[in-house]
Amino acid sequence: MELTGAQILLESLGREGVDVIFGFPGGAVIDIYHQIPNYPNLKHVLVRHEQGAIHMADGYARATGKVGVCLVTSGPGATNTVTGIATAYMDSIPVVIITGQVPTPLIGNDAFQEVDIVGITRPCTKHNYLVKDITKLAKTIKEAFFLAQSGRPGPVLVDLPKDVQQQRCVFNYPKKVALRGYNPHYDPNVKQVRKVAELLCKAKHPVIYAGGGVISSSASKDLTKLAQTYNIPVTATLMGLGCFPGDDPLWLGMLGMHGTFAANHSISNADLILAVGARFDDRVTGKLSEFASKATMVHIDIDPTSIQKNVRVDVPIVADCRLFMEALNREMADVAQQKDACVPKDKWLAQITEWKTKHPLKYKPAAKGGPIKPQSVVEAIYKITKGDCIISTEVGQNQMWAAQFFNYKKPRTLLTSGGLGTMGFGFPAAIGAQAAFPEKLVIDVAGDGSIQMCIQELATAVCYNLPVKIVILNNGYLGMVRQWQELFYDKNYCSTCLDVAPDFVKLAEAYGAAGFRVTEAKDLDATLKKAFATPKACIVEVVVDPEENVYPMVPAGKSITEMILV
Amino acid sequence: MRHILSVLVENEPGVLSRVSGLFSGRGFNIETLNVAPTLEDGVSIMTITTIGDEQIIEQIIKQLRKLVTVIKVVDLTEVKNVEREMMLLKVAAEEGKRAEILRIVDVFRCKVVDVGFDELTIEVTGTQDKLTALINLMQRFGIKETARTGAVAMRRSMQ
Repeated sequence: MELTGAQILLESLGREGVDVIFGFPGGAVIDIYHQIPNYPNLKHVLVRHEQGAIHMADGYARATGKVGVCLVTSGPGATNTVTGIATAYMDSIPVVIITGQVPTPLIGNDAFQEVDIVGITRPCTKHNYLVKDITKLAKTIKEAFFLAQSGRPGPVLVDLPKDVQQQRCVFNYPKKVALRGYNPHYDPNVKQVRKVAELLCKAKHPVIYAGGGVISSSASKDLTKLAQTYNIPVTATLMGLGCFPGDDPLWLGMLGMHGTFAANHSISNADLILAVGARFDDRVTGKLSEFASKATMVHIDIDPTSIQKNVRVDVPIVADCRLFMEALNREMADVAQQKDACVPKDKWLAQITEWKTKHPLKYKPAAKGGPIKPQSVVEAIYKITKGDCIISTEVGQNQMWAAQFFNYKKPRTLLTSGGLGTMGFGFPAAIGAQAAFPEKLVIDVAGDGSIQMCIQELATAVCYNLPVKIVILNNGYLGMVRQWQELFYDKNYCSTCLDVAPDFVKLAEAYGAAGFRVTEAKDLDATLKKAFATPKACIVEVVVDPEENVYPMVPAGKSITEMILV
Repeated sequence: MRHILSVLVENEPGVLSRVSGLFSGRGFNIETLNVAPTLEDGVSIMTITTIGDEQIIEQIIKQLRKLVTVIKVVDLTEVKNVEREMMLLKVAAEEGKRAEILRIVDVFRCKVVDVGFDELTIEVTGTQDKLTALINLMQRFGIKETARTGAVAMRRSMQ
């Protein structure tokens, strides 16, 4: 039976198990929208801005591990997704973006709403396609989904001209994908794994440095087992938070620019670093030449380009993190037995405990009657939810406090734009996660600056009864930039003060959501509880200390032990 | 150090831009780049020469391998190879100087492919060194124009 291109697309999405797409219609995708009502198993979430659509697809993917899908029209619809595509690309999130394109005879003519989106997104997608031949459509969709979620995951864009959506051909969905130039390497080299096991056994001061790859490859169970069996302390990047229980004694906290004292000092004194699914980002390493300079470096990554990119690696292993961790657990059992058990790590752990006790994450508590400390808001959220929720964040101080003062216990419970640092990400991402898990509590920890970048998606949340909670830490500033200005730019607060802000309570109400405002510490817990129990989307605006800073802080370019403490 | 990379790619629209975009986007430099189809349908070969330290070359090769449309990348610098470049060189050749130019053409075993009243166009094939040597020699007559292909290279048969 012959189907139109639009039908072939929607049929293909069905074959890929897609249950929800986030999108915004337009002339170049109207044929697809015309068909959507015929596919009742596919829920379409109408967003208010295409940036919202891509972040929602991204948040859905981060929370579920499945591929997120977004559908937008050509030209401005497509370009509005670019920020979100780059966000997903930097954090290796599997999303498929379907963009409409002008009819093939018009391509290249500067037609109405034409843009070379394949050209624009080439540097920020894992791969992208312009489908000019209807007979290749099904194969292309199959490949797009395969590429998005295999190897190092990432965004894949499919640009679909209007006439191709209208043409007809027999629908035949391929079972397999064959791409000559794409063969991700999953299995770790057995000898290398053995070597790592031996090094780990011998090491006196080992540290596991875990990144987002642990979460995307579902390696956290095996990683936790390894750490707990052999007493190896674990630190993680922002993207890795949740891959190891945040309440475990072996947990060091996050490392890097706003990392804990214990994590940064452990890294600097380690004799062995097991870097798993992490890429030595500059926000993590600080001054490269002094990063883990005493350690033998073992690096596991599915992407060979990540290895040796920033730091010298003694044992490079290109593999899937989960398969590596499974293999390492097996080898460790063997090595530990043969070599009469491992070097005991008691002394090392005692040293770490001392660091943790001496310099825990802390902040100066609010003065009596003084403004609420933003950190205490994150702590309150943790206390009330007991950590049983999905947190998304915007970007800036709010993001760092959400990373520091909440113990993430499970993977996929923190959704945050790590690599690109995209303001406006958190709220739509939370909507995406809520669409996947309607029953779960999803909280966006926001700043008053970031939240205004995609605030219009309140309409989407209300429209689809997605009860996302937004907790705004309102300090009246673009806080993180203000902090840099304070510390490194002579307090020249140029353009970081948000003098004019909306009344967030009224704003929430205007969209049909609920709004709460907290100005005094004594009302914080009760208001948060009330908001979390509200069955609809709501904003809790907490007026916090405007001049509070994120500490510890490592100034850019300094070694990670040169920390400014509270 | 200068490296010669042989890159086998799917011959489809945008592949050149993917490769060149990778270089420009990551701040790598392309010295020469040559592309043409192979005997296999739908497959082209690129010869890219680039300069960088070992770490940069390693990154370039890994990043190239990561592209979905790239089938194979070989660093020919690591093996014995044959490298050639073709150049067309238009040189000023007035009456009295023509004989000398033709002598040089003979010594260099290149060919005159076009003759004008006061200029000659020479086709020369060889290594970069040979091309440079010829340019140096011809400069005193006045070079009017050059067009070069960039290097093409292959692994030698008997290693």
